[in-house]
Amino acid sequence: MKNKKSNSGMSPRLNRRAWMFVIPSLILIIAFVFYPMIQAFITSFQSGAGNRLEWAGIANYKRLLTDSTFKKAMGNTILYLIVQVPVMILLALVISSLLNDKKLRCKGFFRTAIFLPCVTSLVAYSIIFKSLFATDGFINTILMKVNLISEPIAWITDPVWAKILIIIAITWRWTGYNMVFYLSGLQGIDDSIYEAAEIDGAGAIQKFFGITIPMLKPIILFTTISSTIGTLQLFDEPMNITQGGPANATITISQYIYNILFKYSPDFGYAASVSYVIVVLIVLLSIIQLKVGDKNE
Amino acid sequence: MSKKVLSVLKYVFLAVISFVSVFPLIWMVIAATNRSVDITKGTMIPGSYLMENLNTLLSSDLHYMMAFKNSLIIAVITTALAMLVSSAAGYAFVVYKSKNRERVFNLILLSMMVPFAALMVPLFRLFTKFNNMGPLKLIALNTPMAVIIIAVATAFLIFFFRQNAQTFPKELLEAARIDGLGEFQIFVRIFMPTMKSCYAAAIVVTFMSSWNNYLWPLIALQSPEKRTLPLVISAMGTSYTPDYGMMMIAVFIATIPTAIIFFIMQKQFVAGMTGSVKG
Repeated sequence: MKNKKSNSGMSPRLNRRAWMFVIPSLILIIAFVFYPMIQAFITSFQSGAGNRLEWAGIANYKRLLTDSTFKKAMGNTILYLIVQVPVMILLALVISSLLNDKKLRCKGFFRTAIFLPCVTSLVAYSIIFKSLFATDGFINTILMKVNLISEPIAWITDPVWAKILIIIAITWRWTGYNMVFYLSGLQGIDDSIYEAAEIDGAGAIQKFFGITIPMLKPIILFTTISSTIGTLQLFDEPMNITQGGPANATITISQYIYNILFKYSPDFGYAASVSYVIVVLIVLLSIIQLKVGDKNE
Repeated sequence: MSKKVLSVLKYVFLAVISFVSVFPLIWMVIAATNRSVDITKGTMIPGSYLMENLNTLLSSDLHYMMAFKNSLIIAVITTALAMLVSSAAGYAFVVYKSKNRERVFNLILLSMMVPFAALMVPLFRLFTKFNNMGPLKLIALNTPMAVIIIAVATAFLIFFFRQNAQTFPKELLEAARIDGLGEFQIFVRIFMPTMKSCYAAAIVVTFMSSWNNYLWPLIALQSPEKRTLPLVISAMGTSYTPDYGMMMIAVFIATIPTAIIFFIMQKQFVAGMTGSVKG
């Protein structure tokens, strides 16, 4: 610490005042984040109905291995993660590098339009998508009118289409969000770099992979990690578009925890052990992504 | 391929993406003015059933206006408290150089890694217990405070204010001390007005996330008259015979406040989101 000197220089009175500013936040964060985290860890080794919990060792974690709904939830969450996140990030990168063009007309209009989905709440847009993609909904009606399909697609009730619908919906909502991060990153890149590349005869694609992506790497890393964390906790969309159905075909881990707590007879111990799977996954994936990001430096 | 063709393709691509982004929202507005039967037939013309849909919504047993009020109260109080509590912490981490400062700040940052999914179980049990704990009853399950209290101090906001407090001129602080202002007065009367644009961005983000919050209110607010807008809208979606016109007016009204904030404060919106305030 370079401020060692002034540490000792601060009067005890001022030091006490300083803590008064921090203590309310600190108490709240300890009470509603750290204490519950520890509590959940302990609970994950207990089992029983309702609040009558007894020590159960690693029984809950063993149960995870044979729980087919958990495996489904895990599979779906990972599917959303490896399909949706890369598609969205690439799309956002392409859009923002197109928008970064100085000569582009209607730039403000495009930017506002593409960002607009971020204004909607997750529940609100889920309900819009659920209505648009209902079997008798607008999308099917239009697709049939232009003879692209002869039978309505069961977007909500077919296991494969339901997953595709969830992926379409999340991509719609979050692409503009990521775009904003890239746009603000691109502003920091000097135009002369692109001009120099152009003189050397670089095309649009070469500039994209040769300049844009390497220059934006820290921001891409940041958005990838936050999208990963968000996707691992995905709840609002499957809950409101498909209710996790049909037959748990779109259920996510968060939703499964919710179901264990409120849909079936509550099993706090088991729900806590499922939630710790998310914690471990988030920590692991964040570390991997940071490592991969560092290596390419 | 000639440059002209490429340029046209670029505009076409951006126009298509823009259309896809905006279309569901336009459809929402049009659907809000039509009858459910016409909506499923694929109409794209604004109808004359806006008032009728609104009446159906308000006279339904969903308590829509009550939910609107609940959402507003929760969002306003959350934002006000969060601005006071979180910004005070962020401010102190820059202005005071006390012992263990970095350690405590890192601890707070660590809480950012904790997924809410992992807090769902213990928080539900904790807030249930508050019911029999005297004064803590105020924040027990099924009270608006249960939703407010966990959003007042967030690592994101503290970090955000700490980042921005670094631009706060130290000379102002010293001048105020010489003038004999107390430490809390300096924070409220000097720091807060100086950092207006920073607060504006933080207010936008905090209000939005409170207004749109779903999972914790779903757990914490179980009785119908306590529900917030996302909960009521979500309940409408599970109906077997959905009235699309009524659903879309409900979604539309819930989106209006955030849309207004977005259009009048776009700069702060983006600044708060990306965690950076320039100028």
